[in-house]
Amino acid sequence: MKQSITLGKVTKLMGLGFLSTIKDLFTGKLEKEDFKNFLRKVVVPIASILLFIGLWHMGSKTLYNIEADFRINKALEEQGQAAADAVAACIALGEDSSCKPNTLPSPAQVWESYRSLLRDHNIISADKAAFIEKTAALNEKRLAEGKDAITYTGRPSFVDQIFRSLKTVFAGFLLALFIAVPLGIFIGLSPTLKSAFNWFIQIFKPVSPVVWYLLVFMIVKTLLIDSNEDSSFTISFISVGLCSMWATLVNTAMGVSSVDKDYINVAKVLKLGNFQKIFKVVLPSSLPLIFTGLKITLSVAWMVLIAIELLAQSPGLGLFVWEEFQNGANDSNAKIIVAMFVIGIIGFLLDRLMLTIQNWVSFDKTDAI
Amino acid sequence: MAYLELNNIYKTYGQGENETEVLSNINLSIEEGEFVAIVGFTGSGKTTLVNLINGLIEPTKGAVLFKGAPVQGTSHERGVIFQNYSLLPWLTVGQNVYMAVKEAFPKHSKTELSAIVADYVEMVGLTPAINKRPKELSGGMRQRVAVARALAMKPEMIIMDEPLGALDALTRGNLQDEILNIWEKDKRTALLITNDVDESIYMADRIIPLRPGPNATLGPEFKIDIDRPRDKTEMNDNANFKKTRNAIIEYLMDIGNERKTETQDLIELPDLSPKDFVNQFKY
Ligand SMILES: Nc1ncnc2c1ncn2[C@@H]1O[C@H](COP(=O)(O)OP(=O)(O)OP(=O)(O)O)[C@@H](O)[C@H]1O
Ligand SMILES: [Mg+2]
Repeated sequence: MKQSITLGKVTKLMGLGFLSTIKDLFTGKLEKEDFKNFLRKVVVPIASILLFIGLWHMGSKTLYNIEADFRINKALEEQGQAAADAVAACIALGEDSSCKPNTLPSPAQVWESYRSLLRDHNIISADKAAFIEKTAALNEKRLAEGKDAITYTGRPSFVDQIFRSLKTVFAGFLLALFIAVPLGIFIGLSPTLKSAFNWFIQIFKPVSPVVWYLLVFMIVKTLLIDSNEDSSFTISFISVGLCSMWATLVNTAMGVSSVDKDYINVAKVLKLGNFQKIFKVVLPSSLPLIFTGLKITLSVAWMVLIAIELLAQSPGLGLFVWEEFQNGANDSNAKIIVAMFVIGIIGFLLDRLMLTIQNWVSFDKTDAI
Repeated sequence: MAYLELNNIYKTYGQGENETEVLSNINLSIEEGEFVAIVGFTGSGKTTLVNLINGLIEPTKGAVLFKGAPVQGTSHERGVIFQNYSLLPWLTVGQNVYMAVKEAFPKHSKTELSAIVADYVEMVGLTPAINKRPKELSGGMRQRVAVARALAMKPEMIIMDEPLGALDALTRGNLQDEILNIWEKDKRTALLITNDVDESIYMADRIIPLRPGPNATLGPEFKIDIDRPRDKTEMNDNANFKKTRNAIIEYLMDIGNERKTETQDLIELPDLSPKDFVNQFKY
């Protein structure tokens, strides 16, 4: 019983209330009036997912046919019947990428690509593990001699790219957090600072990620001019942080400057010092707004990350997408769609993570959206 | 010199067209150890008056003197029970009280502070709810936390802005007695804002009505010469009590009626203006 309560609490905290509904279904606790709820929360989403996949399948089939017909007709007009037959046969075989229509892949193809990416990952990680085992003894000796260890330099797998992206986004998010929250507090507390910074915020807030990247590139490139380290990671996480910090900055400043007057009166009557007043009254009361800002920041960070990785040539999902697009192999399009879903799902999970933390720290429990 | 003195206090809010003078020419002096009650209609400026005394706001004109020195900002010597409770919603009942006690007695150890908190929470009957947050409490429970928080700081002067308004008669009676106990035992000075005439007679040495605003002023004071400790049931038969009670209620009803007739006058005003208007055309 206790366990089920905590499960309910956790799922509610995460805004995944429908999980409890599913659990109730299996434990037979579903009441009649819950049935409507169950329909709405479980059956309807599943039906809409199936509908989406069906439409996608038909759409990709149509696009495939349009392109196949076009290629056959083109061969017929330019090189005659024999060439057209050859193209038609080639397309029907579906293996040679030179004749195969290159269009929106079908759900089945995407699923197949997903599995092949996983297989690829398993092969690469086995390879990597073997390499590490092989070089372990040697590396120990090299370290003892004061030399650098030998590291695995093979191609990163799709899963590795995901983790690289997550690393970049968290580094950027932390940078945004450490700049925007303190700065927001100062701006919120002091009307003078507010007017000093207002133009700055208004002008830089709408600047696009690409421009941020270029700006950071200009600066970091010069700063790291002597170091031969790869600066692409540094550049991309700083750009992500600078792009995404504005929501937190604005929300923090707003939260801090609009603390309920009653709470300020309490602080005055208790004669709290400035430090105490900020940490015991102002910050706790603006926490809900700060977290709303951080949630926006994290989702913006994840959204711009892909574009920035692509520009910075920094390893990660963005680079993966770009390389697949340029690669033009048989299953490249399908892999791009796989990446798209992975990006979307991770974005969703990050959002839920923030919501969970927010509900957990906040006195002002808001229901999940 | 009196313990607390208000000399010719005026307080205006707003500027330009929106300027309203809420309090006009307020004169009040309270001696050390006195219990003074102020009764008045809603919106007459009672909270404004309280905030002037506790130092949250400054008068537009006039001076507030506390022990002979002008009031500058708030002080732990003057404890406040806010009308709207003003509890910090992210702290539990215990933490709300603890925070105040810690500020009032910075030299006490943690255990001493916790003991004080436990005492006062017990006094207001909230020990079972000590770990709850304000959101989980009823209005009356919140009000009691606010009472505990202010009293636990053991201020020299207790300023109470309708501290018991949201309570039922029984709880209200108990807390009235607790407040009186604390006031009597440590010889504090108390200022009580209330809209309950019986409560003011039961608790105070002097009752001063605040006339309705804007431009609210203090009315004539009523002295309560009933020996302490007072007994509620006995008081009902006390001739002195009945007389004072009737006098205060009559006074309040009179100023209430004055206010009504004033508004009726206002309605009659438009009838006068067309005459001037017509006269103008005769030239
Ligand atoms: N900060 C403020 N700015 C402008 N006007 C104010 C402000 N505070 C109070 N007032 C006005 O002053 C008048 C008196 O308000 P106050 O809160 O002192 O009344 P009150 O007697 O405490 O009323 P209640 O019994 O309802 O608590 C009201 O008309 C109110 O609109
Ligand atoms: Mg009031």
